Amino acid sequence: MRVAIIGVGCSKFGELWEKSFREIYLEAGLKAIEDAGIEGKEIEALYVGNMSSGMYLNQEHVAALIADYAGLAELGIPAVRVEAADASGGLALKEAYMAVASGIHKIVVAAGVEKVTDVGDAMKIASSSADQEWECFAGANLPALYALIARLHMKRFGGKEEDLALVAVKNHKNAVNNPIAQFRREISVEEVLNSPYIAEPLKVLDSAPISDGAAAIVLASEEVARKYTDTPVFIECAQASDYVALQNRKDLLTMNAVVKAAREAYRRAKVGAKDIDIAELHDSFTFAEILEYEDLGFAEKGKGYELIREGVTEIGGDLPVNTSGGLKACGHAIGATGIRQAVEIVQQLRNEAGKRQVDAEVGLSLNIGGTGATAIVTIYKR
Amino acid sequence: MIPRFWRKIKYRYSLRGTHCKNCNSYFYPPRDLCPNCRRKGIIEEVNLPTCGRVLSYTVVWGEKGSPYVIALIELENKVKILSQLACRPEEVYDGMEVECTFRKYGEDGDAGIIYYGTKFIPKRGDGYVSKE
Repeated sequence: MRVAIIGVGCSKFGELWEKSFREIYLEAGLKAIEDAGIEGKEIEALYVGNMSSGMYLNQEHVAALIADYAGLAELGIPAVRVEAADASGGLALKEAYMAVASGIHKIVVAAGVEKVTDVGDAMKIASSSADQEWECFAGANLPALYALIARLHMKRFGGKEEDLALVAVKNHKNAVNNPIAQFRREISVEEVLNSPYIAEPLKVLDSAPISDGAAAIVLASEEVARKYTDTPVFIECAQASDYVALQNRKDLLTMNAVVKAAREAYRRAKVGAKDIDIAELHDSFTFAEILEYEDLGFAEKGKGYELIREGVTEIGGDLPVNTSGGLKACGHAIGATGIRQAVEIVQQLRNEAGKRQVDAEVGLSLNIGGTGATAIVTIYKR
Repeated sequence: MIPRFWRKIKYRYSLRGTHCKNCNSYFYPPRDLCPNCRRKGIIEEVNLPTCGRVLSYTVVWGEKGSPYVIALIELENKVKILSQLACRPEEVYDGMEVECTFRKYGEDGDAGIIYYGTKFIPKRGDGYVSKE
């Protein structure tokens, strides 16, 4: 059974000091069901992506809590929380997609939410996606692990720190026109290059922030979708996993989970990498976006740098990437990011992206957990 | 966190990994199940080579005790290990030969447990004197 997205909604991303966990997901959820034109009582199930409400808020059991505060307690629908680090949102999307594709449910909501600014050490919690006993014990954090891959890749294929900077510059430029983005300002290559190192060769301005935010989408079977909207966006979704610790991976220059998830998503959607018109990628670090160009098949291995140097992935290029601003500039609300990416692609395919609008019929989003041990690829078609 | 640390002391205090006799693969950290052979694998504990070379490295800033060097090291039998290098950031380079040593990693406050484990240092014998 084909699955369509019929409604999308997003809170603002950023440091939302004045808002609580409950307020931000409610905002996103209400926007999504209003956009879909459904009533709350039509929702048959809820899937929530959230990485670490336990460490960030001391609050577990958040799927039921969200259903409760979203006014769904009287309806008693199944509410499921899924976790795959910063791919939690993508995983909620995938589980919701499977629930509809299986025919069990006709209308479901997939949401992602993270509230990170209520505690101090957001980086330490975000880095818990890496192997605590054999990576973090040695003093590695997420930027350090990506830096180890980046150095090898840059040395092997001639990548420069300026190339990485171009990714940040592009994504900041795109975020200027995104009302929900955390950093709606342009930055220059020089600013990126002059920002301090956090893990050489990665600098502060190569890194996505860790943000508060929530996003929600409404999924429906094709038959139901057609009743509610003239512009359903059909999706196919696939997930893969890999060794968590870098030291166990045979090829450090390829994210195998990305390759596998992409291959399966392309197969299900009956498209290839060349058919993709727009993509939202997981630029938790600028280097990651370049590696993902290659592992998704947008460029040959080692040629990812050419796409950013030649402007192919800018708005106006052949394959705009991260028109939202990406994780770097729209913000990275960990468990919300995978759904936030879906919101952007759906808005683009419906021609509702305002000044960021590009001409696109087939979209792709890639949500990654940690350093690539989980990858979820979703393909969207009008 | 202390029980978790104690359970792994044997593997943290020396370079002890596992080997699958069925497919001749070595693992660090030690694994009880071979990812190639799964239940057909025959796992045994082994000592790993104590020398290797730096595959990739990074200098970490902004963390406690930083700047410090994190490296992916390829041991002489091709097993990869992620470890801290006990050397100054400007000393490390690609392909640098290193050997394992035993160092302090951190502590739980002033009165808490002190964590020790394996770190690597530039290989001795070429005039290197550790600064730590």
